[in-house]
Amino acid sequence: MLEIKNLHVSVEGRKILKGFSLKVDAGEVHSIMGPNGSGKSTLASVLAGRDGYEVTQGQVLYRGRDLLEMEAEERACEGVFMAFQYPVEIPGVGSIQFLTAALNAIRKHRGEEELDAFEALKLFKDKVKQLHMSDEMLHRSVNEGFSGGEKKKNEIFQMAVLEPSLAILDETDSGLDIDALRIVADGVNALRSPERAMLVITHYQRLLNYIVPDYVHVLVDGRIVRSGGKELALHLEEHGYSWAGERDPAAPAGASA
Amino acid sequence: MSNTTDAIEALAQREYKYGFVTDIEQEFAPPGLNEEIIRFISAKKNEPDWLLEWRLKAYRHWKELYDAGREPKWAFLPYGYGPIDYQAISYYAAPKSRPESLDEVDPELLRTYEKLGIPLEEQKWLAGVAVDAVFDSVSVATTFQKELEKHGIIFCSFSEAVQKHPELVRQYLGTVVPHTDNFFAALNSAVFSDGSFVYVPKGVRCPMELSTYFRINAAQAGQFERTLIVADEGSYVSYMEGCTAPMRDENQLHAAVVELVALDDATIKYSTIQNWYPGDEEGRGGIYNFVTKRGKCQGRNSHISWTQVETGSSITWKYPSCILQGDNSVGEFYSVALTNLRQQADTGTKMIHIGKNTKSTIVSKGISAGRGQNTYRGMVKIMKGAENARNYTQCDSLLIGDQCGAHTFPYIEVKNRSARMEHEASTSKIGEDQMFYCQQRGIGMEDAISLIVSGFCKEVFGELPMEFAVEAQKLLSVSLEGSVG
Repeated sequence: MLEIKNLHVSVEGRKILKGFSLKVDAGEVHSIMGPNGSGKSTLASVLAGRDGYEVTQGQVLYRGRDLLEMEAEERACEGVFMAFQYPVEIPGVGSIQFLTAALNAIRKHRGEEELDAFEALKLFKDKVKQLHMSDEMLHRSVNEGFSGGEKKKNEIFQMAVLEPSLAILDETDSGLDIDALRIVADGVNALRSPERAMLVITHYQRLLNYIVPDYVHVLVDGRIVRSGGKELALHLEEHGYSWAGERDPAAPAGASA
Repeated sequence: MSNTTDAIEALAQREYKYGFVTDIEQEFAPPGLNEEIIRFISAKKNEPDWLLEWRLKAYRHWKELYDAGREPKWAFLPYGYGPIDYQAISYYAAPKSRPESLDEVDPELLRTYEKLGIPLEEQKWLAGVAVDAVFDSVSVATTFQKELEKHGIIFCSFSEAVQKHPELVRQYLGTVVPHTDNFFAALNSAVFSDGSFVYVPKGVRCPMELSTYFRINAAQAGQFERTLIVADEGSYVSYMEGCTAPMRDENQLHAAVVELVALDDATIKYSTIQNWYPGDEEGRGGIYNFVTKRGKCQGRNSHISWTQVETGSSITWKYPSCILQGDNSVGEFYSVALTNLRQQADTGTKMIHIGKNTKSTIVSKGISAGRGQNTYRGMVKIMKGAENARNYTQCDSLLIGDQCGAHTFPYIEVKNRSARMEHEASTSKIGEDQMFYCQQRGIGMEDAISLIVSGFCKEVFGELPMEFAVEAQKLLSVSLEGSVG
């Protein structure tokens, strides 16, 4: 599904990712853990196609295609979805209008019939129900005036509607109380499927109690320093990130599944 | 970043979609402005003496201003504009004969309307829209007169009103915008060609939206529309005006005057979509749109509401205003002004509170893209006798790219201590974050921009009649194509 090879990325001349490698197959959930400034969000942004990131070396293949060659919207249409760490407010634009535009852009790209307003609304309402969320957010402007928790729930809801092949969750747990965390995690778990891969980026182990990953990778200073199963997250919780870096400083970049 | 910019550049190269020229026989007055020309215009239109005198008085006033070099220069137009040679303009151009029905209308002209998507035939009736279509200076077709006549509503060209309802015209002409009001109003009063006239009698609610489409078509023939709408006691009317103009090299002057009069308990809703040719990327060839629009809430509980979507013209100078004379009267101004390319707009409103318990609302949305310069200029004046006057002003600017400008000049003058004033203002940039958020969800750049902008303008679009709101949204998308940088 996704193959990242020796990726080097700079932001405004500063090297952030320094030889990041990772392979993710369909059906797998990988967690990337790392301290602040290790390059977690840079990784998510580069994969999603945000401007301002300079790839100086390396390659990213998504379903065999060069992902970095694609515009952000093309990546989205091809099934790459990112749940934002800080979802953006778009004043005056209704959530239904926004999501219908997104859904139909993707359907059009796939050569599927676009949905009319009624069909789209029905779909949205069904998804909201499945996720045990309130459909009240459908009737507000995109993320406008939403609480932190509501914004994150909205991201998961959008993900459920758009049904991506590769979902990247960028610190989805940050700023969530335990109830919101549970709803978000349940939503994510409901979307796990053999066809779908997920990249769960987080600072804390807490989220991984709810979204149990198949693999955990520790990102320090722009490289993966350790990889392992879900138990690695618990080790980290106990010993801190410095442990991961110190214990095995020479870990080969890109140790992976 | 760079690929975004490239796509934008490419889009920016697109040409004005409504730029084409119709070939139709014109009858011109020779270029130039003098008393002879004014007599010629008045005679051509078979006007009564009082009207000729009125024009001449206006002309003499204008000439004084002109000779004294008093063409107004206070608008904020950082790119300036070339001097207007008033003697090089033809002040009269009209199709040679006036057709009685649509069958007699030049098919070329009808095709022009069709290209513009103006539904002049039966479909329009189905859409419930009566259209007084203005081609150059003379109205060539008027529909649904009979439908309106049933209700006693007069909706006709200004020239026709002068012939058929001279007493009404004489009673109200110049009572809201006197010929001495300003330089361009004086010019218009002297040479106005045609426009629309509406009278809604007491207690009548006009059953359909009245709509006029304007179009400048003759090179060098400036367009001087004159519109007068009178809503008698307890009546209601909604009037829509929209226009596009063909591509031309010379700058074309457009100096219209619109006067609205609302008597006791009457409501006038006036909606405009302005899409005159904006000029090219260097600002060449666009329309100079110097318009005076004003409504007088003359009666108690009267209500005048202006809604405008301004996307065209190389220069827009326009302040649809309300004089709130009657007690409890209400004035509203909802505006979206978009400047792209090298367009300059200095637009806003004046709310003059005279009566007691008068209320005004101003919602202005300025969008600047390309190298556009967008200025909001507003005045709220509370006179001494205006007890308990209230004003709410909201003034938002949206910047797209980094070569455009947004400017705000609000003036507030309060002479009564019981007034309550609120003013909110904001300036924001279409964020890369917002764009990226849309794109990450699969929405292309162009659609993302129009989505974000339509959200920004939502409050104003909500004030437009439904069919106009849809058109406005489309127009905004078209006008914004290739604007982000």
